[in-house]
Amino acid sequence: MAVVFDRPKSLTDAKFHYCPGCHHGIIHRLVAEVLDELGLQDRTVGIAPVGCAVFAYDYFDVDCIEAAHGRAPAVATGVKRTRPDTIVFSYQGDGDLASIGMAEIVHAAARSENITVIFVNNAIYGMTGGQMAPTTLIGQKTTTSPLGRKSELTGYPIKVCELLATLPGATYLARTSVHDPKNVRQTKEAIKKAFQLQVEGKGFSLVEVLSACPTNWHMKPVQALDFIKNDMMDYFPLGQFKSPEEAK
Amino acid sequence: MKGNEVIGEAAIKAGCRYFFGYPITPQSELPEYLSRRLPEIGGVYLQAESEVAAINMVYGAAATGVRVMTSSSSPGISLKQEGISYIAGSELPCIIVNIMRGGPGLGGIQPSQSDYFQATRGGGHGDYYLIVLAPASVQEIADLVKKGFDLAEKYRNPVMILGDGMLGQMMEPVDFGVETSGDSFDKSWATTGKNGRKKSNIVNSLYLKPEELEVHNRELEKKYLEIKSKETMAESYLTKDAEIVVAAYGMTARIAKSAVDMAREEGIRAGVFRPITLWPYPEKELNAATVSAKGVLTVEMSLGQMVEDVKLSLNGRLPVEFYGRVGGMVPTARAIFEEIKRMSEKFGGVK
Repeated sequence: MAVVFDRPKSLTDAKFHYCPGCHHGIIHRLVAEVLDELGLQDRTVGIAPVGCAVFAYDYFDVDCIEAAHGRAPAVATGVKRTRPDTIVFSYQGDGDLASIGMAEIVHAAARSENITVIFVNNAIYGMTGGQMAPTTLIGQKTTTSPLGRKSELTGYPIKVCELLATLPGATYLARTSVHDPKNVRQTKEAIKKAFQLQVEGKGFSLVEVLSACPTNWHMKPVQALDFIKNDMMDYFPLGQFKSPEEAK
Repeated sequence: MKGNEVIGEAAIKAGCRYFFGYPITPQSELPEYLSRRLPEIGGVYLQAESEVAAINMVYGAAATGVRVMTSSSSPGISLKQEGISYIAGSELPCIIVNIMRGGPGLGGIQPSQSDYFQATRGGGHGDYYLIVLAPASVQEIADLVKKGFDLAEKYRNPVMILGDGMLGQMMEPVDFGVETSGDSFDKSWATTGKNGRKKSNIVNSLYLKPEELEVHNRELEKKYLEIKSKETMAESYLTKDAEIVVAAYGMTARIAKSAVDMAREEGIRAGVFRPITLWPYPEKELNAATVSAKGVLTVEMSLGQMVEDVKLSLNGRLPVEFYGRVGGMVPTARAIFEEIKRMSEKFGGVK
C-alpha cells in the first residue's frame, strides 16, 4: 500500500507528552514539515524553551540546545554568530518569551538576528499548572487570577507582534492560529516564509501562533477552539505585522 | 600592555574569536580592546543587552564548539550565575573573566577579592565547580588565559579568570608565546547541525528522573575529583624555612612578597604561599609550603574568604590568622609586615 501520510523527517519517533487538545503537536509538525520541505534539517539548530515545550529537543530530529527560561533568543544569537551557516530557531511559549525573556526577544529583534522564532501563545503558564501569563486575557481565570485577570491589579496582556513591529530590525512578524485546518495551513505558510527569509539572510523573523491549552483553561478541546476564535483572536488579531518589504 | 587588554590578546592567541559582554567598570578596556581586534581577524565582538543575555550567548556559542569568552565585574558576575550554572550542567567549555570590585550590592569600583566564595563554590545553583585561576602579574594573565582555554576544553568545564581592578589596570611587559587553538580537542558533541550525522546532538542540563540526574551528578563529581588531583597550581616564595607563611593570591600576594622581604631583613623567617588555582585549592602544595611553619597568616582584600580553604587544607595542623582590607582598600606591605612580626612573636621560636 502506498504511504500517503508520514512523520516528517525532522521529527523523531518519540511520543509527544502533550495533553489532549494541546496544539504544540501540530505546531511541532508544521515546523518539521517546513524544515523538510526547505531541506534544512541537516544544518538546523533548535533552541528549546522552559515551559511545556521543554522537551522539544526530544521531538525535533535536529541538533538542539535547551535554554534557560526566556534566554532562547540569546542562546540562538550565540549559535548564529559563531556558525552563520546554520539555520537557528527558538521555540518559546508566552511566559518564556513575553515575561521573563522580554529583554532577550526585544534585543534579538532590534539587532535583526538572522534567526526564526516560533512563539506559541496560549495565554497561560501550562507547565507549572495554569498560572497567569503576560498574555492572559482580561477576565480570564487562572490559578493565580482565580477571580479573573483584573487590569487594575496586573495590567493588560502584551501584544508581542505589535510591540516588536516598532523595531526596524524586525524583518517578518506574523500572528496566526491553529484552531481550524485553514488556519493551520496559513500558519505553515507563515513558518515557511520565516525560515525562507532566514535562509536568504534577511534577518529576524517571528511567527506568533495562537494555540489552545484545554487542560489549564478547564475546557473541552472543542470549546478551547472556540475560545481561540472568539476571545483570543478578538484581542490578538491575526495577520502580518511586518513584512520584509516594510522592514528597514 | 594593560592587564585588561592582555586578557583579550591572550584569548586571541589561544584561538578565541568570539566575545559577548556588557559594559561594567573596572574591566571595560577588555571589551573595548576586543571590539577593535576581533573584527580585524574575522571574529565576532557583540555587546549584549545585559550580562544575563551575554552569558547565554556564550552558552549558545560554546555549544557549537568554538572558543568563547565573556568578562564582567562582581555585580555583573552575579547576573551571569544562572547561565554559568547551565554551562556547567551542560558541560561546555568557556572562559569567564571576573575583574573583582568591592561589594555587596553596587559596592564600589575599587579593587577587591570579595567574590572568592562565589567563584570557588560554583556561584550559581546546583552542585558544580568552576576551575578558578588567579593571576598575579600581566605575564601570568597571558599564560593563564591560554592554559584556561585548554583546561576548559580538556574537562568541558567553564573556567573563571579571577583578578582585581588593580591587575586589570596594571601595565607590564608581556610575551604571548606561540599561538594555540582548540582544534585538537574532540568536538563531536557540538550542536552545529547534523550534517549527515545519524543522531542529533543535544546540549542540555535537564534530567527530570532523579535516578538519571544522580548519574549525571556523579559523573560531574568524578570529573571534579580528577581536576582536583591533577590541576592544582601554586607558587611558594621563601617558604622552605619559613616560620610564618603568608597565604595570599593575586595582587595581594605580590604585596605580601614585599612584606616578607621586609621581615627577612629583620631576621624573621617568613614566606609567601600563593595559590594560582583557587579551585581546585592547592591543599598539598600549602601543606608542603608550611612544613617549617609555626603559623599561617592569610591576607585578602575581603573580610576573610580564602582563609576558610587555608584552614580546611591545614585541618587544624597550624594556627591560622587573618588580615584583610575591604571596600576597595588595599593592604600595605608595611601593615602585612607588622602582622607577620606580631605572629612571629606569638608563635615563632627564633628571632
